[in-house]
Amino acid sequence: MAGMDTVWVALALSLKVAGLATVLAALSGVATGFVLARGRFPGRDVLDTLLTLPMVLPPTVLGYYLLVLLGRQGALGGWLQAQWGINLIFSWQGAVIAAAVVAFPLVFKPARAAFEAVDGQLEQAAQVLGISRLAVFFRITLPLAWRGILAGILLAFARALGEFGATLMVAGSIPGKTQTLSIAVYEAVQAGQDDVANLLVGVISAVCICVLLAAGYLAPGRVAQR
Amino acid sequence: MLDIAIQKTLHTGKRRFELNVQLQSASQHTVLFGQSGAGKSLTLKAIAGLMTPDSGHIRLGGRLLFSQPGGVNLTPQARQLGYLFQDYALFPHLTVRQNVAFGLVHGWLNPRTRAQHDEVEHWLYTFGLAAMAQQLPGELSGGQRQRVALARALVAKPGALLLDEPFAALDPALRHDMRQTLLALLAQVQIPLVLITHDEQDVALFGQQVFELRDGQAHAANLATFPEAPPRHD
Repeated sequence: MAGMDTVWVALALSLKVAGLATVLAALSGVATGFVLARGRFPGRDVLDTLLTLPMVLPPTVLGYYLLVLLGRQGALGGWLQAQWGINLIFSWQGAVIAAAVVAFPLVFKPARAAFEAVDGQLEQAAQVLGISRLAVFFRITLPLAWRGILAGILLAFARALGEFGATLMVAGSIPGKTQTLSIAVYEAVQAGQDDVANLLVGVISAVCICVLLAAGYLAPGRVAQR
Repeated sequence: MLDIAIQKTLHTGKRRFELNVQLQSASQHTVLFGQSGAGKSLTLKAIAGLMTPDSGHIRLGGRLLFSQPGGVNLTPQARQLGYLFQDYALFPHLTVRQNVAFGLVHGWLNPRTRAQHDEVEHWLYTFGLAAMAQQLPGELSGGQRQRVALARALVAKPGALLLDEPFAALDPALRHDMRQTLLALLAQVQIPLVLITHDEQDVALFGQQVFELRDGQAHAANLATFPEAPPRHD
């Protein structure tokens, strides 16, 4: 059956897109979480609200915003096209951006809370001992906040894997190119291919159970020790 | 030895606190005495570089650490001081040995759990911590934690030792022991000391020169007026 191939292609694409999106969301989420936890500047609360917005906005609305921003007529999309000849719309890279934006608050929120829970006096003690601010971050702050951040990253990966609305708006549903697992499920059901849909649903459920098992293995205790 | 003239205005909510400390001490060991809220901890933080005054200067052991008119403000790292926090501020994710070795390793990685360093082993042995070198701070008693904090501060050979209420968190028996430990240490190691306390007995034991802080201002105090001045060790 030709339809069955789409399952494994979609799985590989989904893992690639969700993996890269999680890396993007983790790096930017940890950095902004730290800045908002430690920094004191006007507009901090407004910024926090704006950065949390992708979590509560309907994914289609978010996808529309991204289309407006990244499209050829968009501020960023137009510049990318003119400067580098890059077009993100209807590309798998576009799907990565969409999934990363949706997953970002799931890293950023717990990261900020985890950084705020680290006793500032420990960082001061490390500085007095002659350790630079950057080294203090990697030796004290990050190891102590790691548990909370890791929980956020796993949630972000799960969310990126299940991303549907924003991805469909930005990247469309091109089999083998931008058709991820969750989109393929929808397409299969629409086309009446029940056997393909069954396999897709089975695969995505298995992957999600693996993520949860990994979370249980990494979570409290084991991580805190080191 | 210690020359401070600093001003700082702090706002917390509607409250306003003026710190205006001027003091000069020629002695090796200086004690700042006062009730909580008098500005002792703020003054100590200013010496360590953890709080930047609005104006003034700080000189310790012949080094200019801060001068607002002169545009000098050394980072906490560059001041090379030992600071003993009131609740010790031990790193909870690192073993006793890693805590003590912390200031000797300057890169982005913490000291290895098994790495042995002569200076570290010396202080672990001196303070009776060798047997618990692989334990985490959470598993130690209050007195042991304080000795770890002291060892951690001394390993990097600081130019001066700043002590924030070092005995306040200990029960009376332990307090006596730790005072003796610190007195014995000071008899061995020649190091400028600034100690802040609200306990008059600390003044009598450790002060060579005493200042009393009240409402953010320092007043020279007479050591003889503090009770139980014991025989001095120097």
